[in-house]
Amino acid sequence: MLSRGRHSVLANEPVGPYRLLRVERGRAEPGIPGQFFMLEAPGRVLPRPMSLCLAPPGELDFLFEPVGRGTRALAALEAGDELAILGPLGNGFRLDVDRPLLVGGGIGMAPLPYLSEKLGGPPAVLGFRTAHHAEAAALLPGSEVAVEPGLVTELLPAGHDVLACGPERMLQAVGALFPGAQLAWEAPMACGYGACYGCAVDLDGTYKRLCVEGPVLEAAACS
Amino acid sequence: MLLNASGCLDALATPEVARAFDAFVTKTVTPLPREGNDPTRIAETDHGLLNSIGLQNPGRERFLAVVLPQLRGLGLPIWVSVGGFSADEYAETCSRLSDVTIELNLSCPNVDEAPEAASEIVAACRAETPLPLYAKLSPALPDIADVARAAQAAGADGLSLVNTIRGLALDDETLRPRLARGAGGYSGPALKPIALAAVYVCYRATGLPIVGMGGVSTGRDALELIAAGASAVAVGTALFTDPGAPHRVRADLYKAAAALGFEDPLAARGIAHAPASQLALSKRTTNKTPAYTAK
Ligand SMILES: Cc1cc2nc3c(=O)[nH]c(=O)nc-3n(C[C@H](O)[C@H](O)[C@H](O)COP(=O)(O)OP(=O)(O)OC[C@H]3O[C@@H](n4cnc5c(N)ncnc54)[C@H](O)[C@@H]3O)c2cc1C
Ligand SMILES: Cc1cc2nc3c(=O)[nH]c(=O)nc-3n(C[C@H](O)[C@H](O)[C@H](O)COP(=O)(O)O)c2cc1C
Ligand code: FES
Repeated sequence: MLSRGRHSVLANEPVGPYRLLRVERGRAEPGIPGQFFMLEAPGRVLPRPMSLCLAPPGELDFLFEPVGRGTRALAALEAGDELAILGPLGNGFRLDVDRPLLVGGGIGMAPLPYLSEKLGGPPAVLGFRTAHHAEAAALLPGSEVAVEPGLVTELLPAGHDVLACGPERMLQAVGALFPGAQLAWEAPMACGYGACYGCAVDLDGTYKRLCVEGPVLEAAACS
Repeated sequence: MLLNASGCLDALATPEVARAFDAFVTKTVTPLPREGNDPTRIAETDHGLLNSIGLQNPGRERFLAVVLPQLRGLGLPIWVSVGGFSADEYAETCSRLSDVTIELNLSCPNVDEAPEAASEIVAACRAETPLPLYAKLSPALPDIADVARAAQAAGADGLSLVNTIRGLALDDETLRPRLARGAGGYSGPALKPIALAAVYVCYRATGLPIVGMGGVSTGRDALELIAAGASAVAVGTALFTDPGAPHRVRADLYKAAAALGFEDPLAARGIAHAPASQLALSKRTTNKTPAYTAK
């Protein structure tokens, strides 16, 4: 059952080059880590997909990178503003793993703090472009951090159940090392709930909707 | 009557959204399955949405055997959007359907949209089925009223106006097309004046029932299409932003109509064509006798 409501902004804080948008939870469910929400981007035709980053009592917190018109509109929101939020949507991470290891690249770390909380603080490895970007690692205390030219894939110990989110190249590299990994992918999305067929990804040689089949997929399914 | 626009809702994924409409319109069904186009398939612009989904659908046989029976389970009237690449292909699909309304997607890629072709397709389908036939036309036709008249003469029972119009968006940095396929179909708010004009001229040209669509996101948008001549309204792109759009548009449509003195939104049908001097008279509801004849 789809749930959409208007939520007021509690704060919109810089975290390195990213923003942490904290909104009042209202009646929305936080869902399973790795699930996402469609956030109204003021003045834009379409909402934008965002993973839930943190779910403190009474809040839903989103970490995002202002990269285009929609995310810049979200960055301009101020405390007291309202926005419509649809979700939670899609399939999140399976949490029944024995030895979880969280892996994030850049803004791909967004879903990991909430995931970490649900898994009781497993080890985490994060990679960032610059030290400024790496400030976001503060949202995941205890994580190991690689800053380019270092790569997260150089820091991954064997024998773990990997749960990862990040740029496509990183996910491909992680998937090659850990065929059982759970990877959270991105695709441009218009609706987020299976209506538009805009988010097609090639799975086993046919185009499937990422918002319906994913965004979290087994590495083996998406090679 | 409020419908979803073809290709803008998967009733099996979200039946509760489909049930908020008066009928469900399927994505266009082609004779053979289609994988759809390579991504990127969507690009937002300042005032609309470009898509190049490429009619991804399971094909006629699977649609008839698997999808349609499941759709019947919704308990809603079903409209099947039929596509094809020749009049025979359209006609064969029509011949296999029963107990649905048919919307002929005559604005399908690679289908010649000259008036002859549209009317040929409608005539071929008419010969195969007694079901209600709606002809869905492209707003890019040089003379849409002409094509609408030809479709009517060929046996169309109604018109669906409009499909998307071709558009292109370029990447901010690379100045290359944002869609993998280059151009795509443009929908959303920017399409509304174009849809209004198409409905306006086709209502005048044919008087047929018309499903108006193109950028409807409010009750006022729906009311304007009705005023231009639509007898039903469909919501497409606005669903992507808000799956609650059907409830909201319906409620606001009644309010917007009432605020202008129409007891029922359909009482405003075609009002845009009334000379200004008749405005006071035409503002009556359909079921009330106009004051000037009530003696
Ligand atoms: C399931 C999912 C979860 C996501 N979670 C986060 C998150 O937590 N934090 C974050 O910063 N970003 C996240 N993203 C990516 C984010 O949605 C895009 O960066 C954002 O939509 C770009 O919008 P824009 O208007 O700023 O950029 P533009 O490039 O101007 O966007 C134009 C259009 O393209 C789409 N688009 C472009 N790039 C992407 C992309 N990589 N992914 C999805 N849509 C795209 C937009 O939705 C929009 O419709 C997520 C994407 C998905 C699919
Ligand atoms: C993603 C998407 C897919 C569509 N698929 C179809 C389709 O399969 N068949 C069709 O006749 N129209 C299709 N359309 C066009 C819509 O049915 C509608 O005519 C058009 O989008 C205008 O309405 P709107 O502005 O409310 O979206 C599609 C539109 C969109 C945005
Ligand atoms: S985003 Fe619309 S179907 Fe996935």
